[in-house]
Amino acid sequence: MLIDVHAHFYHDRTPRADWRERNASRLSAGAKIGITIHVASILGSWGRTSPTYFPSPADLPYGNDALLALQREHPDGIRGYVTVNPNYTAHARGEIVRCLRAGMIGIKLAASRRANDPLLDPICELAAEHGAPVLQHVWQHRRRDWPGQEASDAVELCALARRHPDVRFILAHIGGGGDWQHSLAALRAAANVYVDLSGSGADGGMLEGCVAAVGVERLLWGSDITMDTGWAKLRYLEHLLPPAELDLVRWKNAARIFPPGAFPSD
Amino acid sequence: MRIDVNAFLGAYPYRRVPGTAPDAVLRAMERVGIDEAWVTHLPGLFWQAPPEGNAWLYETTARERRLKPVPAVHPGLAGWEDVLGEAVDRGAPAVRCDPTYCGLDPAGAEMRVLTAACGAADVPLVMGVRLEDGRQRHPNDRAAELPAAAVRALIRSDDAVRLVVTHADRAFVEEVHFGSTPEEAARIWWDICCIWGPPEDHLETLLGTVGVGRFVFGTGQPLRIPDTSVAKLDLVELSDAQRSAIECDNVRAGLAG
Repeated sequence: MLIDVHAHFYHDRTPRADWRERNASRLSAGAKIGITIHVASILGSWGRTSPTYFPSPADLPYGNDALLALQREHPDGIRGYVTVNPNYTAHARGEIVRCLRAGMIGIKLAASRRANDPLLDPICELAAEHGAPVLQHVWQHRRRDWPGQEASDAVELCALARRHPDVRFILAHIGGGGDWQHSLAALRAAANVYVDLSGSGADGGMLEGCVAAVGVERLLWGSDITMDTGWAKLRYLEHLLPPAELDLVRWKNAARIFPPGAFPSD
Repeated sequence: MRIDVNAFLGAYPYRRVPGTAPDAVLRAMERVGIDEAWVTHLPGLFWQAPPEGNAWLYETTARERRLKPVPAVHPGLAGWEDVLGEAVDRGAPAVRCDPTYCGLDPAGAEMRVLTAACGAADVPLVMGVRLEDGRQRHPNDRAAELPAAAVRALIRSDDAVRLVVTHADRAFVEEVHFGSTPEEAARIWWDICCIWGPPEDHLETLLGTVGVGRFVFGTGQPLRIPDTSVAKLDLVELSDAQRSAIECDNVRAGLAG
């Protein structure tokens, strides 16, 4: 069993003419790697009619519906995070309820608002109510604002996590850019924040650092948009961890933090 | 046979990296099935005089046949011709210069002279676009990334030079390859360590558009885990001949002395 907690798909209303190929490539590579379940999100129109990290209320339902369709098409292989923009509280809450009822299993927050902003509280209240984890896009140690996103870092996510101790948060792509050591230092005491290992960064020492900082019980395997680095980290972990601990990272931790029945093994 | 043309020995100044000693790099090579690695003395790249790390590099690689020395050359320092000459005399498969880490104009006079000298000596010149992802570098690690324009300028500046460019991504490779004549492009080899695999499939795309013959296996270890480059190849549909070309044959045919 192998659960990818950070996957993405595309649809026909994105800027990408090759969206079908990219979706097919993920599934094909996933089969080679041995991925059992892709837990995925679609960020609105991926920039076509609203910015990727600031998806509009008009774009979000289309993306979420496209993901629900993929979930129905691949009932044994795809699960969804409902993507919302916390600047539109009522819309976000409505979309969360709608999509969780339709079978999605988590909530995706991109970078439309800082993670420690009070506007995220109404979303986290719903996450607690439904037992759905929140995958938060994170820039590891944001030293300045970056164009195109209102990125959060681990310190801000941990502040949110302290306000909502009953919610499980996933810090996105520890290898996705920025200073991952800064994030790991912040996460040590945040028991309800899990580390998603995805991202193109595959630095020597990163995986050892993750294990040392939060323990294997809070590590989740993922790929994001570079499945090659995801697979490489998994291979590395096979040498770093005993089989029982490797299984925690491969799927058991994920099975524990997503709602009961989210995966076939439950 | 798998040859890693992009590897280092020694500590990194900007963060603690495990496994930088020669025996640890050899263990990593055994773990992922790398038979030979071209190695440069990593701390030396950050010194005022990078070639000062070469003596240790030669001594270390002389003891281990699987490690081949790629000594550092700094064309802004007097005596650099001797450094290049020593590399030739010692049978180094290539020399390395990362101009921005030396504080040099990457397409300036010193680099053009070095390029011509490497061409004349028939020694490939290795240059990295970057050593780490630019988003994560230490605040004091401010050397610019190697510009694609510099690679185009250098390959045009000498008809004989052969360049090995490491840590390039898809956009960089395309910009240089299609910004060069076929004859120029045929003298550049790209290591695969920073070219994305699925679902973006940048590597697969480049192998189709630029050609299998232009790519060589490289990892950037120990700064990056070497498993990544092996996984990339495992995720691309390649014939045995194509895979062997990337892992070994392109080096043997185009870069070996």
